[in-house]
Amino acid sequence: MSVPAPMAPAPPLVALEPPLAWPAHLKSAVDEALSHYPVKRSAILPVLWIAQREWGWLSPAALKLAARTVELPEPEVFGIATFYTMFNLKPVGKYHLQVCMTLSCSLMGGERIYRHLAGKLGVGHRETTPDGRFTLSRVECLAACAGAPCLQVNDDYHERVDEAAVDRLLEQLP
Amino acid sequence: MSAPRGPHLFKDIDTPGLTGIDVYRKLGGYAELGALLQRAPEEAIEVVKASGLRGRGGAGFPTGLKWSFVPKSTAKPKYLVCNADESEPGTCKDRELMEKDPHRLIEGMILAAHAFGANTGYIYLRGEFAYIQTILDRAIAEARAAGLLGQRCAGSGFRFELHTHLGAGAYICGEETALLSSLEGYRGQPRLKPPFPAVEGLYRCPTVVNNVETLMNVPEILRRGAPWFRQWGTDKSPGTKIFSVSGPVARPGNYEVPLGLPLSTLLNEHCGGMRDGFRVKAVIPGGSSVPLLPASMLDTPLDFESMTAAGTLLGSGGVIVIDDRVCIVDALRNLIRFYEHESCGKCTPCREGTFWMSEVFARLEAGEGRAQDVDLLADVADNILGKSFCALGDAAAMPVQGALKHFRAEFDHHVRERRCIVNRRRTELEQVPA
Repeated sequence: MSVPAPMAPAPPLVALEPPLAWPAHLKSAVDEALSHYPVKRSAILPVLWIAQREWGWLSPAALKLAARTVELPEPEVFGIATFYTMFNLKPVGKYHLQVCMTLSCSLMGGERIYRHLAGKLGVGHRETTPDGRFTLSRVECLAACAGAPCLQVNDDYHERVDEAAVDRLLEQLP
Repeated sequence: MSAPRGPHLFKDIDTPGLTGIDVYRKLGGYAELGALLQRAPEEAIEVVKASGLRGRGGAGFPTGLKWSFVPKSTAKPKYLVCNADESEPGTCKDRELMEKDPHRLIEGMILAAHAFGANTGYIYLRGEFAYIQTILDRAIAEARAAGLLGQRCAGSGFRFELHTHLGAGAYICGEETALLSSLEGYRGQPRLKPPFPAVEGLYRCPTVVNNVETLMNVPEILRRGAPWFRQWGTDKSPGTKIFSVSGPVARPGNYEVPLGLPLSTLLNEHCGGMRDGFRVKAVIPGGSSVPLLPASMLDTPLDFESMTAAGTLLGSGGVIVIDDRVCIVDALRNLIRFYEHESCGKCTPCREGTFWMSEVFARLEAGEGRAQDVDLLADVADNILGKSFCALGDAAAMPVQGALKHFRAEFDHHVRERRCIVNRRRTELEQVPA
């Protein structure tokens, strides 16, 4: 019996753990955000957005950095980040597929779009495909009611979609 | 060139390049800004008061009156905040306005701020509008470079700085005091009124919060005067209004029409009626927070007074058309789930009430409704309405009361027959995994 080869070290669970300081290319954006308000804490949402855009989600280290930047206690920043639905406290896929489920979209087939995507990708609400490419979420009204049903992919709106349009869209994403 | 899409705000909305300052200027934008800023601020308040412009975000409060509540002599800085949260289900007009005509909003904000003496303004955008933030930031930079924003706006002695602020997903932040909490860097939870924001708003300083569409009406009103604005609409609801029409109509979309137009005209003439094979059953005329109107009441004029008389509200102008293949209980269940999800949790009637209404709706939809459930819904709604901390609770209670008033039979049918009164084509609703 041969000795099994030593197991490769497991990849870190969180590949994108940010450093504890703002990278040089973000410093001016952070300073600019702080300059817009008479008090630092007002910049908490802009600062959290800068972090999330950079790292894709808000890791504990990113929350810590944001707290230090606006001079707030970390638990308070955690409380703020969890209050808003758009902050990702877990990593999300490269493409965040957000299907509106509120009435106007529901009337025009929002649930169908969601079920189609869930079936196609094999994931449920707030789950990510194993390849890290897609995260699927049910969301509430996106202000695209006249273009129902609406699917938001990251920041981009896609309106009046049906199953075929969604399929095409997913294929075209780089 | 195609026919204008509306008489005023939508007249030039599809002009190519309108997001840039040059095209906006070519259409007359900013032309009289310098002259308007030389006038006494009180004059602007008087003109807007005389125009009868009412808030376009939902409440319909007279705009000039709101500005006049800001104390004139105060040592504190004053703020103008544009509510661009556009979170009311059914409403998507501000998005189109800002996306296509950002400079009109900037000009409106400069003029509004001048009227009551604010030197700083913020545009609070819902988080999903990140791409609109980019458009607005570019337009603000253009206006600043052109000397229209900054230390001396358009060569006048008036100083005004303007910033965008992106929310991050919370319906409650469309409520003005919650919006201010969020802008200050707190969780977006509402604050007690009074004191009203005009006296103690952002950073406890005098603040006016106005909706996007409201502010975009301001430049033309000040340029052309109150009688010009009053050529449209009714005596108490003057001007035009943008209605977002959604649901199975032939041409859903945003439509700018004079206030007072019958709802049926909007639906039949502007939206081309229903899609083939669909019949209208009910319409939610002013965003999801208002009671629905049954098909028999579609001739109600779209103005603040007529809608109130019909037992509903003009609200934000989000017109949701519900067709006859939809079960009203199912539609309401969808909306109450929304309010349950969006309740901020601050006060008990709203937090608990929306949860329990949602539970009862789920039970009715699953065919497990109990005999007393319909009355229970009415009772819970009654215990939220007027008893919650802010208007979110009312917004959840009113649609339930409206549905019970006009469609009680569908609720009773659910309990008695353990199924919907209609053969639904959207039976997948309850199959969506939790």
